[in-house]
Amino acid sequence: MNNERPPRRPVDNDDNTNQDTRKSGEPLLRIQSLCKSFGDTRAVDGVDLSLPRGSVFGLLGPNGAGKTTIVRMLATLLRPDSGRITVGGHDTATEPEAVRRSIGLSGQFASVDEKLTGAENLYLVGRLYGMSRRTARSRAAEMLGRFRLTEAADRRAQHYSGGMRRRLDLAGALLARPELVVLDEPTTGLDPRSRMDTWEIIGELVAEGATVLLTTQYLEEADRLAGRIAVLSAGRIVERGTPDQLKARTGGQRLDVTVPSEELEVTAGILGALAQSTPAVDPVNRRVEVAVPHGRSAMTEALRRFAEAGIEPLDMALRRATLDDVFLALTEEPSPEPDRAGELTP
Amino acid sequence: MTTLLRVGRDAHIIAWRNLLNLRRTPGTLLTSTAQPIMFVLLLAYVFGGSLGGDAYREFLMGGIFAQTMAFNAAFTTIGFANDLQRGFVDRLRALPMSRVAVIIGRTTSDLSASMVSLVVTSLCGLAVGWRIRGSALDAVLAYLLILLFAFAMSWVGAWIGLIAPSVEVAMSAGLIWLFPVTFISSGFVSVSAMPSGLSAIAEWNPITAVAGATRTLFGNPTPANLPQPVGWPAEHAALYTVLCSVAIIAVFLPLAAARYRRVATR
Repeated sequence: MNNERPPRRPVDNDDNTNQDTRKSGEPLLRIQSLCKSFGDTRAVDGVDLSLPRGSVFGLLGPNGAGKTTIVRMLATLLRPDSGRITVGGHDTATEPEAVRRSIGLSGQFASVDEKLTGAENLYLVGRLYGMSRRTARSRAAEMLGRFRLTEAADRRAQHYSGGMRRRLDLAGALLARPELVVLDEPTTGLDPRSRMDTWEIIGELVAEGATVLLTTQYLEEADRLAGRIAVLSAGRIVERGTPDQLKARTGGQRLDVTVPSEELEVTAGILGALAQSTPAVDPVNRRVEVAVPHGRSAMTEALRRFAEAGIEPLDMALRRATLDDVFLALTEEPSPEPDRAGELTP
Repeated sequence: MTTLLRVGRDAHIIAWRNLLNLRRTPGTLLTSTAQPIMFVLLLAYVFGGSLGGDAYREFLMGGIFAQTMAFNAAFTTIGFANDLQRGFVDRLRALPMSRVAVIIGRTTSDLSASMVSLVVTSLCGLAVGWRIRGSALDAVLAYLLILLFAFAMSWVGAWIGLIAPSVEVAMSAGLIWLFPVTFISSGFVSVSAMPSGLSAIAEWNPITAVAGATRTLFGNPTPANLPQPVGWPAEHAALYTVLCSVAIIAVFLPLAAARYRRVATR
């Protein structure tokens, strides 16, 4: 975001350059052994993260995994029980003010004021970031344009759609050109169209080189936006890597077979024996799915056994594991239920 | 000095936002306007008849002014509880702004609600026979004194709003404490008729002082059939009102500010 700002004075520019070189080797965000309990519940249980400048990091986890708790501690809204968070070298515990200046927060709990218009909401945020009246006003107008809200600028936020509201909130988070953008579940509760819009905007942000920490429960979202992902389950990071690494690490490939209803059971038996794991059966779509380590040979072998058993698959496909598969494998409860088959298929 | 400037600047911005909200939800002012009307009419005609008629109604107004201002503390309480519930406070807490400014912004913008109440109360008073009989300067002083007290009470309201766990609790908790506080005073009756323990409390109750000071400044005498007020607070009512207001702010400003810092951790 910073590089789009025209240098005001040569002196300023030099300062910025020096600062950037000095800090470039150091991660912008560093979280070390972070813990937070509420009563007996360990909401965040020893989380380590570091986020280099210009990267997009996805924190992926189901509801209650501790994502929002981490964000709240990062945004200085909540004090950690132990551990340390630094943003641009500033510690949230000792320099909360500097941290607040460095981050732009948008998401679940950072709400817009319903009674104010879009323009007024952004003006308010700009002024509270310390901008002059004029700067706040022009910056608000600029952001409204960028987030396609210019026409709605003078309407009260209470009349905005969910997607517009989210865009307004996002605009507020980016208004002061923060070093670190924190997006807490940016598309939760949005309809598909608004979700696409929001993704597009975050995509632009990423293309411009912003540093973003994104939390989400949607795998597709993390896959699409984040360069690196950590999977959070019950307050702990259970896996991390690029989306591709994660997919490769768990499950490898999936064999997906559709058969007539009456042959579902036999098919499941054959595939189970073949892959040495429990296949997922989706009776509605008459589909059986199983994780296989070596896709091609598994496919050939399956076809041979189907022919032996006299089964003629209606459809048969080999696909790479999606993040959904990874996610479910990683966050699954210790006691596996054969019935969760239906949930597996999107 | 720069810190002070910044607090003032941020508070001003917050007050601007609160006033916009107020203007766009006029319903929230309903309590502040309906309540004084109700109290004036109830007390003037239900109690007034047996307590001295016209003379009592004139005496009563000092008490009503004090009570109305005290009740506006609930306005601050509910305003804060709403902002907390809607997540607006969280948004502010994540911004690099002065924290105490959020509360100052609220207490100053809520003064506008008090001004509305004050106008309505005065008009009601005029309708039931109350008159300003002192000088214009004294009348201005009386109104300023009333507003100072309203501002002080607003800090108590802010603190309650910040400790209340929900809007529902804030609504009842924000009001309930005001009944004993306003009624154990010389606002509507003479203190000397109360049992001794209670009369001592009432004598030193700031409400008594506000009521007494405005009566003096507006030139509204205590009716002949009621015992005349005595004691240090009654004899220095205006001074005592100022002292109480300052003391209330001195206690509740730090309390509210400390609470604000912790509030989002719940």
